[in-house]
Amino acid sequence: MRIDGKGLIDRSVTVPFAFDGQRYHGFAGDTLASALLANGVRMVGRSFKYHRPRGLLTAGSEEPNALVTVGQGGNATPNLRATTQEIYEGLTAVSQNRWPSLNLDVMAVNDLFSPFLSAGFYYKTFMWPRSFWERVYEPIIRRSAGLGALSGEPDTARYEQAYAFCDLLVIGAGPAGLMAALTAARAGADVILADEDSRMGGRLLAETEPLDGEPAHIWVARVLDELATMDNVRLMPRTTVTGVYDGGTYGALERVTTHLANPAPDAPLEAFWRITAKQTVLATGAIERPVAFPMNDRPGVMMAGAVRSYLNRWGVAAGQKVAVFGNNNDAHRTAHDLHEAGVEVVALIDSRADAAVSGDFPLFTGAQVINTRGRKSLGEVHVQTASGVEVIEADCLAMSGGWNPTLHLSCHLGGRPVWNVSIHAFVPDPKNCAGLHVAGAAGGVFSTKGALKSGVFRAREALKALGMKAPSIPLPVAGDAEYAITPLWQVQGRKRAWLDFANDVTVKDVELAATENLASSEHMKRFTTQGMAPDQGKNSNVGALAVLADATGRSIAATGTTTFRPPFVPVPIAATGSAGAGKGFAPERFMTSHDRSLEMGAPMIEAGLWYRPSYFPRKGEKNWRQACDHEVGMVRNAVGVCDVSTLGKIDVQGPDAAAFLDFIYTNRMSSLKVGRVRYGLMLREDGMVMDDGTCARLGARHFLVTTTTAAAAQVMRHMEFVLQGLRPDWDVRIASVTEQWAQFAVAGPKSRELLNGLFDAPIDNDSFPFMACGDVRIKGVSARLFRISYSGEHAYEIAVPARFGAALFDLLLERAQALGGGAYGLEALNVLRIEKGFLTHAEIHGRATAFDLGMERMISPAKDCIGKVMAERPGLKGPLREQLVGLKPAGAAKLITAGAHLFMQGAEAVSDNDQGFVTSPCYSPTLGHPIALAMLQNGRARHGEVIDIVDHLRGVRTACVVCEPVFFDADGGRCRG
Amino acid sequence: MRIKCPLCGERDLREFYYQGADVALMRPAPDAGPAAWDDYLYTRDNPAGETRDLWQHEYGCGAWLLVQRNTVTHEILNVTLAKKRGRS
Repeated sequence: MRIDGKGLIDRSVTVPFAFDGQRYHGFAGDTLASALLANGVRMVGRSFKYHRPRGLLTAGSEEPNALVTVGQGGNATPNLRATTQEIYEGLTAVSQNRWPSLNLDVMAVNDLFSPFLSAGFYYKTFMWPRSFWERVYEPIIRRSAGLGALSGEPDTARYEQAYAFCDLLVIGAGPAGLMAALTAARAGADVILADEDSRMGGRLLAETEPLDGEPAHIWVARVLDELATMDNVRLMPRTTVTGVYDGGTYGALERVTTHLANPAPDAPLEAFWRITAKQTVLATGAIERPVAFPMNDRPGVMMAGAVRSYLNRWGVAAGQKVAVFGNNNDAHRTAHDLHEAGVEVVALIDSRADAAVSGDFPLFTGAQVINTRGRKSLGEVHVQTASGVEVIEADCLAMSGGWNPTLHLSCHLGGRPVWNVSIHAFVPDPKNCAGLHVAGAAGGVFSTKGALKSGVFRAREALKALGMKAPSIPLPVAGDAEYAITPLWQVQGRKRAWLDFANDVTVKDVELAATENLASSEHMKRFTTQGMAPDQGKNSNVGALAVLADATGRSIAATGTTTFRPPFVPVPIAATGSAGAGKGFAPERFMTSHDRSLEMGAPMIEAGLWYRPSYFPRKGEKNWRQACDHEVGMVRNAVGVCDVSTLGKIDVQGPDAAAFLDFIYTNRMSSLKVGRVRYGLMLREDGMVMDDGTCARLGARHFLVTTTTAAAAQVMRHMEFVLQGLRPDWDVRIASVTEQWAQFAVAGPKSRELLNGLFDAPIDNDSFPFMACGDVRIKGVSARLFRISYSGEHAYEIAVPARFGAALFDLLLERAQALGGGAYGLEALNVLRIEKGFLTHAEIHGRATAFDLGMERMISPAKDCIGKVMAERPGLKGPLREQLVGLKPAGAAKLITAGAHLFMQGAEAVSDNDQGFVTSPCYSPTLGHPIALAMLQNGRARHGEVIDIVDHLRGVRTACVVCEPVFFDADGGRCRG
Repeated sequence: MRIKCPLCGERDLREFYYQGADVALMRPAPDAGPAAWDDYLYTRDNPAGETRDLWQHEYGCGAWLLVQRNTVTHEILNVTLAKKRGRS
């Protein structure tokens, strides 16, 4: 019911929306909760376990009951709190955890079985048989207990990640936060003021208490106007700070367009912020706590402060006959505000016998609510007074058990709160709050005047830490009402009294935990699930601890809280992970030949983040093998072109460059002549092979090193470490130039013929022998030429600045085709190198030594290098090591598969008999049968032996002959020709 | 967590690569013997409190950093360039 003349909503703008298919109207400024309450909707959800009817409990993000799904299909978002969801034209929301409807819920039968469904029921009941755990029990339990469901469709909304930096972050824009922000802003500090509400002001918007003699919201508007005009201030409404992390880093969720009917098409729904603040004022206020009296969960039983919020901010009476029940003076305000607004107050019940109550309505002191009645909405309240039980007709009961400071963020870095005996609540421990200044109600300062003062005081502390001067700021005249409270945690009674509304945890459940000796707060939490719902126990934690303390005979302080962890409110993974959605999950790196390769129909294969053409299908070819065989033949017989730009390229320069490379590589690079290339092997310090590649000497003090595609970043990091960490005295600079150069392999007997058709000055075998390098010019463009071969053929790699890459690839292709050749892809590249026994990271797999790979002699005896000492360790050499060998079929050619394991012929294929495994198999079109590289125990001494290869996964078992790992052109004559 | 790179200023954790204890800077001489080499490669303390470890500002300037920090409080006490501390 709407009250005329009350509230901060705009009654000139009517907003239509739908809830559970029913159409309603609200006003601009309404939340879904306030609009439903105004329309007389009492029941908004069903409880988690017992499926009991539930209504609104609160008016904020701590709401445990009113969880709804907003939107439809892929746009649907489940488990949103009706208390923070603003309405907009066309909003469609539905209730959750009920079937077939909110009014008639079949699972409500659970409530009848509640005597059996106490805490631990599931643990104790669904034990046997064990095989039923996952297949039977869990699916049934999951279906019957629960929250909103995901649509199963892809989320169509956009989300964003954003970053901000400031001198001072003020969390919460109530009286304390506003004063803190104003103080710091006027001092010239960069200020971010974040508040989770759509409208800043905190409880100043929910109370009737004036500021400077005016309604408080006018003062709020004035302060916000001033802040909004300042360049050094960023106001962030609808932004919940969700977590505190090391080094002044804060996570925050901004609801950017969740309140708009027609958001801009590219605007995100929500944004996840990482805010880095030098200092922070925590002004998050306080959350009111319920009283656990019997049957306190009926729709219509609400928090007293929330009833005031609905009345004063949204102009809504939460009921027509309202009873108020509390243990503190603050609760009295609710009765007075309602009475003032013309709503009938049927009782003000204060549990304290000595409470000073007044008002023109029935007053009870030293009294308690001991029961309620009403199935889907509250009907009557039973009050135990000194003289007997009074039955009072009421459709709303506003309750208050006192206020708990909202201190969660002060605990995210491991801090524990401390018990304050004067307000009977936990407050942040200042010792644990470095850089975090707690102001106002969050620190237990509950009066408006106190909060305003505390905001200024904490801002001054922060400014002092920032080395800034604080201006003097006059405080507005405000109320300084005393907060007087006598604890009342539970009211004894036969019937259930709820602590945690969201997870249906009652006083009896917590007492059962204590009985079963789950006496620590952490054990009680896990046994009863108290505090484990989406609201994380914001309403119920302290109440449950109080009951546990009572049941175990300890004080609340000694019982202690559970641990508060981020996030403070639920954060969609879509928001935190927005940068990783779709292609953002793994950035793509394209070579300069990419577009041309796609035009030629080449399927792409991922190599790290790179995309490389797998093969180039030609007319009439039915599968990749045919294309691959063709391409291998092309390279062996004519000429092929392959983009090899993905290989890592590191430029090494400086007076000590040669010495540095001698230290990095096992073999000597200092003896390399200018204009020559050498194959190199590098080890990790533990003696295993890290990577291989080539090293070209471009000048006396200038080298160019290549790495494998996979290890490029690792090698770069390693080289920086060696230089900066181990040899800082050496004058060397290194730079990754992988992306600066496009590099192409031109391989095959006709490779020189192809290149000479392009070069301004032709080359021959004398001017450019095997392992030579130097500058050439193609059509006026300077290029680097390396005569190296990964195919075993007479071959070159030619590099041009990346901007010429696409043009050069076209040119090379055209020439190759004219000579009977063409492009080859990664499949052919792999076959060509296996035929020659060249290595990749299939062989350099992190556990292979130079000895294992047959390259022991590459470790120069005359100098130290990384890994040399440890490579000499016993156990890293000798016949027990798995060594690189070749395999070919014994008898009829059969498939050899990667990862197949090697066994003595006839041995049982079990791990005890395992002697190695296949690293790189392929079909060799050159030889006409399958071949493979493998690691085999004592393999070099076993050439000629027949062994079994077994692949249990693919059901392959075949006999192979062990041989040299070089299958083709063993003396290397072809590459020198 | 934020680390103050001596060259680039204070940056977010995600720009850095973590290596491990600063022991990696004390490479033994080739003839130091198996025990010294075993310690260098494999033996590490696991302190609750102050520790010194190596990070690289990999997505920044590339500098290797010697970071003195407290594993209990997460406080970062000092950051210097490994280059200035390394032994040759």
